Amino acid sequence: MPKLKLEDLAAVREKARKAVSLRDGAARVRVTIHMGTCGLAAGSRKILEAALREVEGRDLRDVIVTTSGCAGLCSREPMATVEVVEEAPVKYVDLTEGKVKEIFSEHILGGKILQQYALAIGSERTY
Amino acid sequence: MCPSKATTKVATTSRGGRRILEEIQMAYRMHLMVCAGTGCVSNRSLDFRDALQKEIGKRGLDNEIQVVTTGCNGFCGVGPLMVVQPDGIFYQQLSPKDVPYLVEEHFLKGRPVKKLMYVPPETKAPVPKMMDIPFFSRQMLIALRNRGLIDPESIDEYIARDGYAALAKALTQMTPDEILQEVKISGLRGRGGAGFPTGTKWEAVKVAEGEPKYVICNGDEGDPGAFMDRSIVESDPHSVIEGMLIGARAIGARWGVVYIRNEYPLAVQRINIAIAQAREYGLLGENILDTGFNFDISVSKGAGAFVCGEATALVAAVEGRLGEPRARPPRLAEKGLWGKPTCLNNVETWANVPPVINRGGKWFAEIGTEKSKGTKVFSLVGKIKSTGLVEVPMGITLREIIYDIGGGIPGGKKLKAVQTGGPSGGCIPTDMIDLPVDFETLTQAGSMMGSGGMVVMDEDTCMVDVARYFLSFTQDESCGKCTPCREGTKLMLDILTKITEGHGTMEDLESLEEVAKIVAETSLCGLGTSAPNPVLTTIRYFRDEYLRHIEAHKCPAHVCRQLNTYKIDPEICVQRGHGCGVCRRECPEKAIFGEKNQAHRIDNSLCSKCGTCVDMCHFNAVTVE
Repeated sequence: MPKLKLEDLAAVREKARKAVSLRDGAARVRVTIHMGTCGLAAGSRKILEAALREVEGRDLRDVIVTTSGCAGLCSREPMATVEVVEEAPVKYVDLTEGKVKEIFSEHILGGKILQQYALAIGSERTY
Repeated sequence: MCPSKATTKVATTSRGGRRILEEIQMAYRMHLMVCAGTGCVSNRSLDFRDALQKEIGKRGLDNEIQVVTTGCNGFCGVGPLMVVQPDGIFYQQLSPKDVPYLVEEHFLKGRPVKKLMYVPPETKAPVPKMMDIPFFSRQMLIALRNRGLIDPESIDEYIARDGYAALAKALTQMTPDEILQEVKISGLRGRGGAGFPTGTKWEAVKVAEGEPKYVICNGDEGDPGAFMDRSIVESDPHSVIEGMLIGARAIGARWGVVYIRNEYPLAVQRINIAIAQAREYGLLGENILDTGFNFDISVSKGAGAFVCGEATALVAAVEGRLGEPRARPPRLAEKGLWGKPTCLNNVETWANVPPVINRGGKWFAEIGTEKSKGTKVFSLVGKIKSTGLVEVPMGITLREIIYDIGGGIPGGKKLKAVQTGGPSGGCIPTDMIDLPVDFETLTQAGSMMGSGGMVVMDEDTCMVDVARYFLSFTQDESCGKCTPCREGTKLMLDILTKITEGHGTMEDLESLEEVAKIVAETSLCGLGTSAPNPVLTTIRYFRDEYLRHIEAHKCPAHVCRQLNTYKIDPEICVQRGHGCGVCRRECPEKAIFGEKNQAHRIDNSLCSKCGTCVDMCHFNAVTVE
């Protein structure tokens, strides 16, 4: 490793920040892949990998991909919930890797909800 | 260094009929921050980490989930512990056998595991998120800003969280005078004990004549029950290095020394790794960041003498001489290491410098009280529910620290006193716990901030015994160079021992106070001048207890065993214990008599008051008076 100059320090910071930003837990968008038994059987792992590839490939800093259990509608798995800050969460169903790509470009980056893939907008009430 | 990210080979494009394998780096979806501070490591957190890493590999999750080894998280009482990001889920008291279930439930299926979460004793409801736990939510982290968030052995992760940005700013946008001015504006004071204004100290070294100048980091933390400096070096060693670099630039120093005790092997290891990494990046050495600034640091390991935390003794030890203090003046600023101007600051002080430069002295000065700015790290130990390391703004009350952050006293006991400042500090009684904590108020109360040890004591603590304990420590650690400290601490310890054994007189109490005052006034260094503090404060606030020991030959807390009378309750002994006879068999003096199924009794003329019968009885039949 050659000695750092001022601009190198900034470059190291940018690169490393990408690796640790997840730890702040703050993000503009949170994508939750439902990975219960039904989801896993329907291929949600591929969906998760596709989502992580989008985040990396597009170099998105403000999107967190995370997982949770069964969303309750097992026949429509793989499912994902997309939550944009200060907007109602959207549940997408019957996902494929191609649809994930579209969701990233249209909804997460473009701000346009893909109604044709969406089950519903909003979530159940929880107590 | 952090483990390099695994890459996945994915066939992506087809060009000229040939499939080209492109390496695509995937982002992690989860970071598992496993605490590897000394507390958690001694509870086998590294075994847990290895088991976790293995299980994650077995499940094929190692491309999605990163296991990060961090420094001390602070909540040492419930370790080994782990924080799962980005959700901030906090797991405690982990062991390798929890791993398979945890990985399957949470990391594979996304269901956080309740039985591994923190459960507050009051509510009995598991708290999933770290920031919802009162121990964490009430803290304010400046010196400990990176704890648990970075791998302390990765300089890149430090840089990611604005590490070395303050150095860059100091070297390229500020003159040394401006750096000094910023530190002065911040009002930062030495965190090692005395609370001397850092800016004033730097200025004295800056204007002193003599080359080269030195900066020293004092990591000789020796107070019983204090471990904040160790934790900072273990969890964020680069913050100390960066602070020293900035200080060196301000005062024009060429060399630095980190003096750290050898009993802190993990801290020694991590500071050495950090220094090597900083050198590799050219952040230590010559022509740093291409600005022409030269500075390098060496590590000097202390052999564990308490007195070497005193500045002049420390310098003697670094030079290879006997670690003894000398009279001041001349101060270190004029005649320090190798007779040259030297600036010595504590670990925590140095760690505070980068944020002061990054965010400005004014920002720092807005935190805290009128004369004590910023935050202070305390190690909260003793009779407290949540043991650990807490960083809080100056001016917070002892009550907030003990009850809101520490969760109060376990076992429904009452608070009796708080000992602050280690063996050099004093005991503050319950009715003063609404005092705001800063340098001045603690000193007025007869105690001191010290390095930040905070020992909580409940009603089962004997204050005379506490004074005797701390005196036995300082007497042991007194270097013997000056007479008041060498003879005075011995004399005070003898008198205190006499009182705890029931032979004390009122004259003893008077001479104890007199000797204490003389030692405080006439000793050569801080060890001696502060050693009487535990004695003087306990006499001041708990005189009753001394009188009970002297006049009634009784210890109200039943701690001083020579003053106790042991008795066996015949009813409990027979009804619950059926005269089991354990006490009779274990009594070293053969002072207990009785038959099986019958009540036992103690012959007090034979009893040596060792208390073994109390410890051995399963039925609490032995009472103490």
